Amino acid sequence: MQKLKRKNIKTSKGKTVKLSPPLTDKDIAGLKVGDTVLITGTIYCARDSAHKLFGDKPPFPAKGSVIYYASPTPTPPGAIIGSIGPTTSTRMDKYAPDLLKAGVKATIGKGRRSQSVIDAQKKYNAVYLAIPGGTAAALAKNVKKATVIAYPELGPEAVLELEVVNFPTIVTIDAKGNDLFEIGKEKYHEGT
Amino acid sequence: MREIVASKITEAVKNLCVNANIDLNKDVLSALNESLKTETSPIGREILRNIIKNAEIARREKLPLCQDTGLACVFVEIGQDVRIIDGTLAEALNEGVSRGYKAGYLRKSVTGDPIARKNTGDNTPAMVHTEIVPGEKIKIQLLAKGGGAENCSAIKMFMPSVSQEEISNFIVQTVETSGPNGCPPLIIGVGIGGSFDQAPLLAKKALLKPIGRRNSNSDTAAWEKELLKRINQTGIGPMGLGGKTTALAVHIEKKPCHISSLPVAVNINCHSHRYKEAII
Repeated sequence: MQKLKRKNIKTSKGKTVKLSPPLTDKDIAGLKVGDTVLITGTIYCARDSAHKLFGDKPPFPAKGSVIYYASPTPTPPGAIIGSIGPTTSTRMDKYAPDLLKAGVKATIGKGRRSQSVIDAQKKYNAVYLAIPGGTAAALAKNVKKATVIAYPELGPEAVLELEVVNFPTIVTIDAKGNDLFEIGKEKYHEGT
Repeated sequence: MREIVASKITEAVKNLCVNANIDLNKDVLSALNESLKTETSPIGREILRNIIKNAEIARREKLPLCQDTGLACVFVEIGQDVRIIDGTLAEALNEGVSRGYKAGYLRKSVTGDPIARKNTGDNTPAMVHTEIVPGEKIKIQLLAKGGGAENCSAIKMFMPSVSQEEISNFIVQTVETSGPNGCPPLIIGVGIGGSFDQAPLLAKKALLKPIGRRNSNSDTAAWEKELLKRINQTGIGPMGLGGKTTALAVHIEKKPCHISSLPVAVNINCHSHRYKEAII
């Protein structure tokens, strides 16, 4: 039954939605896997070392916030930021449920999430947004301002506050727990 | 005997680091363009187009293709009639990496102690493999290897009774397990034989082959083709969101091994396959 249900979910491109953090429960409720979300406003970059340090108390207001698992290349002279694509979200699975409980509404990255993250998304009404890994030079164009707000000593792993415009993401696990990695693979799988 | 000044090696490595990270090789770009002809997933097609567009921006604006500018994996073939003067090989290579990652505004992604995890600050040390070959030249191949794909790699010590089918299953399963995490479409290096240490090295060397160049042994070439087909039937697709383009290439390298052993290693690389070489 589960399989049949999944097959019925479209994997063609969904609708395009423009959102600005802080995100509300209403913003999240309208999102389905396959939708494109263009984010304009403030998002926060954090990855392994920063998560280990801040645990469930991020150095920014958690409520309605969006965390981007990323650490950019150094900013070249005259630029706003270096290349800034997503890192593998799976490594932050250990920390994500507590942060979703604290009010984080969306995480952005690449790669799978664990069942505990999916369950927490369902419980706290949050989404996982993915970006194609390795499109970092193009993504730098959507960043209008970047500020280190915590742990400058971590170098590339410091926490950044980014002002982004139409930052392109794909809803990959929605708040109902639908997982586009599973749905997409099943749809295009051939043979046994 | 030909004398080569160590600073020449440093300069070459510096340029390789910068160029590998901003200029995606033509074989990778052609393979990506080619995959657009067969990919049917609308999301998959959009992702492939984004990857190609990103490569254009990176080259034009001299920006790193990916924020993970990698661990510098350096393969050096030193002619036995070469003498390096005014410095050591190891220092020259690491100095080249240090300068390249600074000059190219590339991210420093190397920890010192793997448990304490403090960043070394200049992306050194490089992972260096040297080989002495005939001649009086030095060939340097540099692979800037991202961490996400590297984490998806695997080794298995098979028994010699294993069938080719079972080895294939292990390779395909390694790709299935990694799913979206290695940043598909992937380049897959397979090392078969040697000892426990040699198989992964063979797998990594297999990544250095140009995409589309098949193994010189026709049976192995057919196996590469069959594996690529099976991997592209998994449905994982670009970025793991479903599709027919899970890998761009599978390259196998083989080596003799012990009568009791059959090591098989799979080294996975992402589509941002950053590789350059220089000859001094």
